[in-house]
Amino acid sequence: MGKSKEAEIKRINKELANIRSKAPFPSSASGDKALDGYSKKKYVCKLLFIFLLGHDIDFGHMEAVNLLSSNKYTEKQIGYLFISVLVNSNSELIRLINNAIKNDLASRNPTFMCLALHCIANVGSREMGEAFAADIPRILVAGDSMDSVKQSAALCLLRLYKASPDLVPMGEWTARVVHLLNDQHMGVVTAAVSLITCLCKKNPDDFKTCISLAVSRLSRIVSSASTDLQDYTYYFVPAPWLSVKLLRLLQCYPPPEDAAVKGRLVECLETVLNKAQEPPKSKKVQHSNAKNAILFETISLIIHYDSEPNLLVRACNQLGQFLQHRETNLRYLALESMCTLASSEFSHEAVKTHIDTVINALKTERDVSVRQRAADLLYAMCDRSNAKQIVSEMLRYLETADYAIREEIVLKVAILAEKYAVDYSWYVDTILNLIRIAGDYVSEEVWYRVLQIVTNRDDVQGYAAKTVFEALQAPACHENMVKVGGYILGEFGNLIAGDPRSSPPVQFSLLHSKFHLCSVATRALLLSTYIKFINLFPETKATIQGVLRAGSQLRNADVELQQRAVEYLTLSSVASTDVLATVLEEMPPFPERESSILAKLKRKKGPGAASALDDSRRDTSNNDINGGVEPTPSTVSTPSPSADLLGLRAAPPPAAPSVPVGGNLLVDVFSDGPTAQPSLGPTPEEAFLSPGPEDIGPPIPEADELLNKFVCKNSGVLFENQLLQIGVKSEFRQNLGRMYLFYGNKTSVQFQSFSPTLVVQTKRVAAQVDGGAQVQQVLNIECLRDFLTPPLLSVRFRYGGTAQSLTLKLPVTINKFFQPTEMAAQDFFQRWKQLSLPLQEAQKIFKANHPMDAEVTKAKLLGFGSALLDNVDPNPENFVGAGIIQTKALQVGCLLRLEPNAQAQMYRLTLRTSKEPVSRHLCELLAQQF
Amino acid sequence: MQFMLLFSRQGKLRLQKWYVPLSDKEKKKITRELVQTVLARKPKMCSFLEWRDLKIVYKRYASLYFCCAIEDQDNELITLEIIHRYVELLDKYFGSVCELDIIFNFEKAYFILDEFLLGGEVQETSKKNVLKAIEQADLLQEVSYLGSWKEN
Repeated sequence: MGKSKEAEIKRINKELANIRSKAPFPSSASGDKALDGYSKKKYVCKLLFIFLLGHDIDFGHMEAVNLLSSNKYTEKQIGYLFISVLVNSNSELIRLINNAIKNDLASRNPTFMCLALHCIANVGSREMGEAFAADIPRILVAGDSMDSVKQSAALCLLRLYKASPDLVPMGEWTARVVHLLNDQHMGVVTAAVSLITCLCKKNPDDFKTCISLAVSRLSRIVSSASTDLQDYTYYFVPAPWLSVKLLRLLQCYPPPEDAAVKGRLVECLETVLNKAQEPPKSKKVQHSNAKNAILFETISLIIHYDSEPNLLVRACNQLGQFLQHRETNLRYLALESMCTLASSEFSHEAVKTHIDTVINALKTERDVSVRQRAADLLYAMCDRSNAKQIVSEMLRYLETADYAIREEIVLKVAILAEKYAVDYSWYVDTILNLIRIAGDYVSEEVWYRVLQIVTNRDDVQGYAAKTVFEALQAPACHENMVKVGGYILGEFGNLIAGDPRSSPPVQFSLLHSKFHLCSVATRALLLSTYIKFINLFPETKATIQGVLRAGSQLRNADVELQQRAVEYLTLSSVASTDVLATVLEEMPPFPERESSILAKLKRKKGPGAASALDDSRRDTSNNDINGGVEPTPSTVSTPSPSADLLGLRAAPPPAAPSVPVGGNLLVDVFSDGPTAQPSLGPTPEEAFLSPGPEDIGPPIPEADELLNKFVCKNSGVLFENQLLQIGVKSEFRQNLGRMYLFYGNKTSVQFQSFSPTLVVQTKRVAAQVDGGAQVQQVLNIECLRDFLTPPLLSVRFRYGGTAQSLTLKLPVTINKFFQPTEMAAQDFFQRWKQLSLPLQEAQKIFKANHPMDAEVTKAKLLGFGSALLDNVDPNPENFVGAGIIQTKALQVGCLLRLEPNAQAQMYRLTLRTSKEPVSRHLCELLAQQF
Repeated sequence: MQFMLLFSRQGKLRLQKWYVPLSDKEKKKITRELVQTVLARKPKMCSFLEWRDLKIVYKRYASLYFCCAIEDQDNELITLEIIHRYVELLDKYFGSVCELDIIFNFEKAYFILDEFLLGGEVQETSKKNVLKAIEQADLLQEVSYLGSWKEN
């Protein structure tokens, strides 16, 4: 593949050079070197071909424009084609082009006129509109225009109108355009209907007369025999394209007011429904497609009118037959069309009768897009009578559903369960099931909502507490379950405390057994639960105070957790029982408001998606539903996108010059757990069994920015596109680290030849990644000495026959090997003075990219890895830190000082280390974070 | 219709027709994405898919995929037959058309398409009328060649 691509580029460059040597093509008048018209045409044609192969063309435009004014048709034609494909609207050549077009439009030669009109329609720019929009209506309705010219003029005008409606003047020509619906030439009618359909949307009254004309035209076509229309009959179906367009046009208007017109139209619609039942006149799929295209458009019109119960029910029955058709296309369209029928009061019941077929489709269809339609339809047909069945089927489907649609199914189930809940214990069960089955896809909106509803309905609180308590017994339960459980037990745990199996100490130890596995946000929520427990169950006070007092809480690196632990501990010790009870009183009911889940579904699916339900607006204030639970100061910064973070060009790594990256890191990669023995040699040079650098593409443009996100944190999503998500989780101790890379396939299709390679040494992971699956790669990392550039990670795989490749920077920066060092002010200053050589210091003064929040800054500095030293800097606004970078070969002592200037929105950052490049490098890394 | 793409089973673009203004970069991105998506689909799957806010209608003929992007309210089945009618036109003009015909006579493929679809709408559905227009043009070519010889 690579070879042939190379050969192609070589060949093309040769050809381009050859053509360039001929350009500008001298005209035949200018003498010896004259190129004949054939050669000119040939070269322009070659350029066009090269462009269409995907290469850039930067010359030849002038030559093509010259061809336009040739009186030889063949040259003119190629000239126009080149212009249509290659000239963009702001080209300077546009005046010359417009001149040539003007001449051809005036030529009265229909072939030339059509060429010119096609060109205008293909380019469709505003400049063309300014030049021609006023002329074309005239050509369109002129009595002496040829049919083919009228057709081209109609669609040309349509294109110009779409691009710049203000340039197309309405006038007396509009009435004459409507009358083109009566034209004898079917091609003219076909082109004109498209134009009218577009124009009438903005000016419905001006074009109202088209209704009766369209109806009578439609009626003539529908009632004609299959051979009447000769060449406009397509596989025994008379004028299918025109019929569909006419039916589309009628959907721009309400049902006809004139009773005769309306009667005639209803007759037409009935005829189409009747014909759909007749045996096919041909076995060819073209016959059935053309016939059914008209049928579906007819049904669209019937649904649009929504006034003929009889027709609506007939349409529904017709679609019901398609639900089990052997053609996948028809099943897909029937499911889609029925969705809209379900929202009509006349046909809702008729749609419901197909529930079993639709459920079956959800289970058995092999194409995910069809299953998606089935899920949509179940959602649309759901009401109080069938909600339990539909919700339970959707829950069952969720267990095996495609990842791509899980979140949407979760939202739908949550909405239906809430909307049609008769007893709320069913609702609680449903939501907890959602978390159990698809916890990752249950968004905040969903689990906030269940808390809101439980808080507001005291008849379900005891049940919710009991159920969530049981759910938490599962050895591995989803973190969202812990969140819901933590909140509900904190509020209503007392309702089940009488049962010795769920006594307060049991409840507490159950929750606390999950604590250490959870994220910071969840742990913060659980700390709030604990203080509520102290209030609800005084007998747990001593245990919980012990937990709060533990060093892992009181001195937690995360400020939010630390603060909660400190405050709750103090609150529980100093406050009287009464004060405690007041502070920690049960949450008041939430004001009744629209579900924010519905808004979320609408955002996902676009307007109208949730039309079966009441309208609601997005309610962002729902975020505060959990009171204090809301997150956690952001420890993630968004660095400025243009930052050249590492100053790579300025400071190449001193060691291992033959290897471009990662020269001082040992990274061992294995796929099957930590038992594999690293097979690395003692020196980095020997360890690099890397593929040559030419095999690895350059890092993607965002690589530095992505890397930057991980300077102060160790886990998160490293990369994500439509196909693939790469997650990272890492931990570092002294000069060692372990990193887990998670490669998730977001599609439903298997990735093949999957090979993520480090430019270090590799062991393979599974070469296939199934659709929706995730593979994991574990890296053991040892820092041999200081380094400046991170290793590259190159991921390659095949997705549906196409090779994909991607090069990223592995989020390992030198600061990961920091060991924080506590020291007193005196020591700090002494060492600071010792590191006073000019090269040992690096300083940067820079503008704040983020709000200057002291807490956030602290969190970032801690995440960066150094210790924070209090009472060192005389100015309390400043931050001072110290740490030692641990590498195998040496240790590098680092001192840092960060001075914020809130008024100027600036920082000054000073680094002093015992090794010069390290000072500068750390300074660069850290400066990007604020 | 917003655009039509013809590409081979190997993912090589053979014809592209855009009926909405887009930058070259955007066109390349769309093409890459769609070729990938369509090629990844299995033979028995349905010919329609939702993509961004558009509907994609595609069909494979021998080694070539024909792929149209239509808007929400457009009719999928009739679009499928637009593709088929275009294939019939090519077939009739070239005489059992194959991928190579479209590669080597790409300009003809564009001319035929312009006669059939213009500005993204069906202009002329009669096979006879479309081919008549193309044949007339071919005839003009020969005439003008004779003319140019005389001039020289």
